[in-house]
Amino acid sequence: MMQWETVIGLEIHTQLATRSKIFSGAPTAFGAEPNTQACAIDLGLPGVLPVLNAEAVRLAVRFGKAIGAEIARRSIFARKNYFYPDLPKGYQISQYELPIVGEGRVEIVLDDATVKSVGVTRAHLEEDAGKSLHDDKLGGGGYSGIDLNRAGTPLLEIVSEPDMRSPKEAVAYARKIHQLVRWIGISDGNMQEGSFRVDANVSVRPRGQTLFGTRTEIKNLNSFRFIERAIQFEVERQIDVIEGGGTVVQETRLYDPERDETRSMRSKEEANDYRYFPDPDLLPLELDVAFIVDAVADLPELPDARRERFHIQHGLGEYDASLLTGSRDLADYFEAVVAATGEPKLAANWVNGELAAALNRADVEIAQSPVSAAMLAGLIRRILDQTISGKLAKQVFEAMWAGAGDADQVIRAQGLRQITDSGQLEPMIEAIIAANPDQVSQYRAGKEKVFGFFVGQVMKESKGKANPRQVNEILKRKLAGDP
Amino acid sequence: MSLDASDIEKIAHLARLAVAPESIERYAADLSNILELVTRMDAVDTHAVEPMAHPLHMSQRLRPDRVTEPDRRTLLQANAPLTERGLYLVPKVID
Repeated sequence: MMQWETVIGLEIHTQLATRSKIFSGAPTAFGAEPNTQACAIDLGLPGVLPVLNAEAVRLAVRFGKAIGAEIARRSIFARKNYFYPDLPKGYQISQYELPIVGEGRVEIVLDDATVKSVGVTRAHLEEDAGKSLHDDKLGGGGYSGIDLNRAGTPLLEIVSEPDMRSPKEAVAYARKIHQLVRWIGISDGNMQEGSFRVDANVSVRPRGQTLFGTRTEIKNLNSFRFIERAIQFEVERQIDVIEGGGTVVQETRLYDPERDETRSMRSKEEANDYRYFPDPDLLPLELDVAFIVDAVADLPELPDARRERFHIQHGLGEYDASLLTGSRDLADYFEAVVAATGEPKLAANWVNGELAAALNRADVEIAQSPVSAAMLAGLIRRILDQTISGKLAKQVFEAMWAGAGDADQVIRAQGLRQITDSGQLEPMIEAIIAANPDQVSQYRAGKEKVFGFFVGQVMKESKGKANPRQVNEILKRKLAGDP
Repeated sequence: MSLDASDIEKIAHLARLAVAPESIERYAADLSNILELVTRMDAVDTHAVEPMAHPLHMSQRLRPDRVTEPDRRTLLQANAPLTERGLYLVPKVID
């Protein structure tokens, strides 16, 4: 039985967060009426000239810096020629030779907690194409509709080395780039709206062979789950082809999530000859040091560095630290709670536990959490000063989530304050002991399990508000017959 | 380097140019001559010359990220042979 090795490289198109398009002053907002955000330049009308958006360049430079890549002081825009109705000019302005971002690296954390370094070959600026709508009713049938609002939207295409060896590694890398582009504020990364699109180059080879097998390119991967499933399907398909005596054909394939399969896109087969050449409408992009320094001056602490710092400074394990640095908002939230409580471990437990579960249930981002960092800190302070027990704290958290105010307001309104006054606890415990003489004699005869019964009775009587440590202490004393 | 008839057919197809069958041989000869000229220029030693991306010795000016183009859909679509619901209509494309 032949052992196969999977080789995967990803091309990720991430939409840059600019207000206007990369070569025109038309807006980039999502969801506008068709063709209301497509101006003469986006439509490729005769006589127009593209002028490069400074912000798109600035955002690309930030990405380059974040992956430790060389920023090209001189880069060139090229025309990628192909014909499709949603590409009015007949070419896409992209970069081919001399892209703006050179080689870099990112680290991914695998399931077994090992860290793997994945190479980024390059990242280049380009414009997006428009959108084709296929609707049989259009024009009475036989037509496709074209919306050019997306045409000219700035994209950064991030090309990886063929360094991934499994679908899971490919997903980990895609997630890493997704985390990074949002972290440094260059893209909203919204996959439903097409702001983060992934193409996968997949091949297989006998384990131990150094030459790569023939690869196929899978398009249309717009969720992390689809990336994993599509690559998994494609790997199995290629192995079946080879083991069945056939050869893998280099081609573009489309992933169909409904059937969970990839299939050949015949229309793209002949289009691989893009005849790139430098765009005569655009001069070489030359960046001076001041521009680059300015672009990266306010780069935040990067996710890997922050994860490492959470590990060292806050004493968190790799798992907690990596969860808490999933997004910058989440990391900021956590540190705000730590700053207000001085309790990193407890803060991590609450943020990764109750809060994460509640966010998940409500399907909202941390920025929309009805429980702010200050509110969670307030709750943790009431646990620390023993106003409430950990168990009642969950009840308080739920009330805060439902909008019942901050921790102190909820504790007051629901009367949840823990009873720590022994003047209140002692008579309660004495009454319970007096009401259960049988259990008392069992306990005194050495049946220590009965102790749990008394604790239960006290908790029931106090509606869960008695301080458990004090209950234990007073019960032991009273059951032993001491005053 | 010289081009044959099948090269011409492929180039014409990629550029969506309708080249009459009787013209193919002439195009093949003309284009081969142009390539021949380029080959001759290859003989010049250009090691010390930086490749030129643009004939102008200038660099790209940048535009501030501001929305300056209002919606002119009605005007722009007046040029289009067919539109519906704000979409440009084209003969059906299938993938």
